[in-house]
Amino acid sequence: MAVPTTASTPATPAPARRRRSIRSGGRAGLIGYLFIAPVGIGLLVLYIYPAVATFALSFTDWGPFGGNTFNGFANYVAVFRNDLFWRSLGNTLLYMSIGLFVIPIAIVIATLLNKPGLRGVGVYRTLYFIPFVTLPVASGMVWKWLYNGDYGLINAFLGNFGISGTYWVANPATALMAIGIVQVWSQIGYYLVIFIAGIKAIPQTYLEAAELDGAGPLRRFFTVVLPLLSPSIFFCSVINVIATLQIFDLIYVMSQSSSANPAFNSAQSIVTLFYQMAFVENNKGNATALAFLLMLLIAALTAVQFRLQKKWVFYD
Amino acid sequence: MTSTTTPASTAAAHPARWRGSARGTWAGSVITHAVLIAGAVVMVFPFVWQVLTAFKTQAEAVAVPVQVFPSRWEWAVFTEIFDVLPFAEQLRTSAIVALVRTVGQVLLCSLAAYAFARLHFRGRELLFALFLSVLMVPGQLLILPQYELMVSFGLLNTIPALILPGLFSAFGTFLLRQFFLTIPAELEEAALIDGASRLRIYWSVMLPLVRPALAALAVITMMNSWNDLLWPLVVNTDPNVMPISAGLTTLQGQFQTNYPALMAGALLASLPMLLVFLVLQRQFVQGIALTGSKG
Repeated sequence: MAVPTTASTPATPAPARRRRSIRSGGRAGLIGYLFIAPVGIGLLVLYIYPAVATFALSFTDWGPFGGNTFNGFANYVAVFRNDLFWRSLGNTLLYMSIGLFVIPIAIVIATLLNKPGLRGVGVYRTLYFIPFVTLPVASGMVWKWLYNGDYGLINAFLGNFGISGTYWVANPATALMAIGIVQVWSQIGYYLVIFIAGIKAIPQTYLEAAELDGAGPLRRFFTVVLPLLSPSIFFCSVINVIATLQIFDLIYVMSQSSSANPAFNSAQSIVTLFYQMAFVENNKGNATALAFLLMLLIAALTAVQFRLQKKWVFYD
Repeated sequence: MTSTTTPASTAAAHPARWRGSARGTWAGSVITHAVLIAGAVVMVFPFVWQVLTAFKTQAEAVAVPVQVFPSRWEWAVFTEIFDVLPFAEQLRTSAIVALVRTVGQVLLCSLAAYAFARLHFRGRELLFALFLSVLMVPGQLLILPQYELMVSFGLLNTIPALILPGLFSAFGTFLLRQFFLTIPAELEEAALIDGASRLRIYWSVMLPLVRPALAALAVITMMNSWNDLLWPLVVNTDPNVMPISAGLTTLQGQFQTNYPALMAGALLASLPMLLVFLVLQRQFVQGIALTGSKG
């Protein structure tokens, strides 16, 4: 191999010294720092510092020209006293619950796609995957059009059966559910890929043994496939909860484009409320407190899931 | 990390499994296809309707009862969008941002990942733990101080503001480190004894060996960059330097109830990423299988 081009290479490459430099410190150490420096500095300035700053700022009053004064828990108290916070918290938990339906749906489709000798698996996978790669703003607009109360295709379809629809995303009673369904629709492809891989990893001998014992397809699914899939299900549920607790794009596009929307507050999530507080009302103190509370919520719900996993996740 | 090479498409390679259930196989597969097709219709139909609406006139779009096909395929609305909004600039901005973020992130993260996996230096474990801690923090928590930083760098309403935070990724570093760890150390030691520098080993020995992981990280980064909304809404309020995601939301404000225009805009904005997906499908699936196997 060619002579190294770095200026700092030693002129006398004694083999013993080289060996040592692989192990610890020395030149390799310096190079190590140089290699991690770009990402390290970027993360420090743009991620770690902001995280610490948000935490500190959540205990201060944001002055209009930068002068921040310590105000204890005032921001948190203000958030807790804000009805919209409780509402958006409840909504976010609802989005989370609706969002979890993606898991059983993806498992069923993955199971069907894993049927031996099935044709067109690749085509199906592509079609199911398309919503996941589609710009969420665009999906939101298309679905908003489908949900349209006057000219929407969904109401026209329901009309065929004599059902009169509603203004799905403007009706406070249906807005959240309507948006939640789009969220599920857009995520199916992602979880499908994970479950297809999970099902493929199940040893055939287990299924054959179950079959020899006389277990039908349904029985095999519930007693062999599902338990062996539980680590994937656990992983997906953790990822999915973290993602839907941060839901923003679809709500922003489908219901927050006008504050005149009667369903504005009924569809609000914690993150859309955060955006509203921080950048529309310019109430940055409360917004930082809200952001910190969201992180606590995510951490708590993730911790709960890790605790519960011992009860149901089966590791082979 | 074993399930990473060929994610699917090998379904047909299980010749005679579940042999016993040969009875009723035909009826079974008809039912299976029926369910899968119904599902696929639900997944894809919104796009079909989007395309059909985009080519209709406004009157046809809001016709009652529903008119399925446009009587003439109208292009007018597509040019109208470009007249009213800097749509071309926004598409270009999205493309530049996605490209720089992807290339930058893959390069920088792989460099750091290689160091974490292979080089020994004081405080390595501690620094790595610090990197990992970033993964725990949701993005919204960072946005206000990140925004203030952009203000103080004088970068508001510039393309670098859209690129900067997304250039660095703790997740990318973590993912690639796991891959570098799987490569046998002997390969590298041989190159070291030959006198190659670390930078050279990283570039010509290690990077080619983790190419599938790099491709997977690249497509996922590209998609996230293209689809990102909250950050662009915050830093770039000038339509001329918005990416297409944020641009579409202003389109919604401009065209209100002009449904063909809205659908045409949404179509143009999502098409580039869909094309990338269709071409690089394998990498997308792999990217997800990789992120999926880290748990």
